[in-house]
Amino acid sequence: MKEFLKNKFLLAGILVSIFVAGFLSFYASSSPDGLEKVAEDKGFLDTAQESANSGSVLADYGVAGIDNERLSVGLSGLIGVVVTLVLSLVIFKSLARKK
Amino acid sequence: MHIPDGFIDLPTSLAFMGISAVGVGVALKGAKSELSDKTAPLAGLATVFIFAAQMINFPVAAGTSGHLLGGALAAVLIGPWAATLSITIVLILQALLFADGGLTAIGLNVFNLSLVGVWVSYAMFTVVKKLLPKGKGAIPIAAFIAALVQVPIAASSFVFQYAIGSVATIPVSTVFAAMFSTHVLIGIGEAFITSLTISAVLATRADLVYGYRGQGKQLEIRQMVNRDSI
Repeated sequence: MKEFLKNKFLLAGILVSIFVAGFLSFYASSSPDGLEKVAEDKGFLDTAQESANSGSVLADYGVAGIDNERLSVGLSGLIGVVVTLVLSLVIFKSLARKK
Repeated sequence: MHIPDGFIDLPTSLAFMGISAVGVGVALKGAKSELSDKTAPLAGLATVFIFAAQMINFPVAAGTSGHLLGGALAAVLIGPWAATLSITIVLILQALLFADGGLTAIGLNVFNLSLVGVWVSYAMFTVVKKLLPKGKGAIPIAAFIAALVQVPIAASSFVFQYAIGSVATIPVSTVFAAMFSTHVLIGIGEAFITSLTISAVLATRADLVYGYRGQGKQLEIRQMVNRDSI
């Protein structure tokens, strides 16, 4: 993680990602995505089942219990950025080392 | 384009989980030779950026949105092996943490976006790059076309899965026509986000772009070595 503070490029990249997931995400289109729209139009959306973890704290990019939509989406995005960064660094660094 | 549980029957979903597991296993091996201490943090950053960018659904037509898939972006930035892992990490976290994409559908989604998406993009990028004049300018153009093509192909890959194991009885041809045309539009958004992001990285740290390897400074060094040996 230290390299992300030392290296300007990595730091800038993470800050952009935090901005996108933590702030810009609130302004994302809420229309169904391509697959969902096709499923709806062609009549197979009803075959979709709720994910087993649809009741999880972060389900559908919101934090359960936070009513402020902007805060809820932004915080879920921020948590996503941190978890993704930690997990991917663990994986990629261990792969780079094992040679 | 995250498939929820229920669209595709369980046997088909499990079969694709097996195929995807094999694919990701191969990618783990491939990524070992692709990654170094210098590029591993960049692969982490690319993964984080794709996660963040996927939260931004952009409108494409009346009542329809799309978001970045990221296969072309990741393949050009960090190479196809690491890109396969990168998209897989994003998909697994989205399904587990955010209930985005079904749990039994993980194999289907990894197959479409991590395997088909990344490798179609990489093949397309390589071909287009060869056809264009050498230089920095070719990279965002080749990435644009790779991203553009990737989305309807990944959508077709879903239709392939639908043809094998759909729960609904809507004809495959109907689903294909709708999926393909919708995702051609989403592909345009994907292409712009991909090529703009790659242009930004090329402008600041071209040495970090996998798809530009061996064309920048490294080439100059090689020429100098040759001159010395003469």
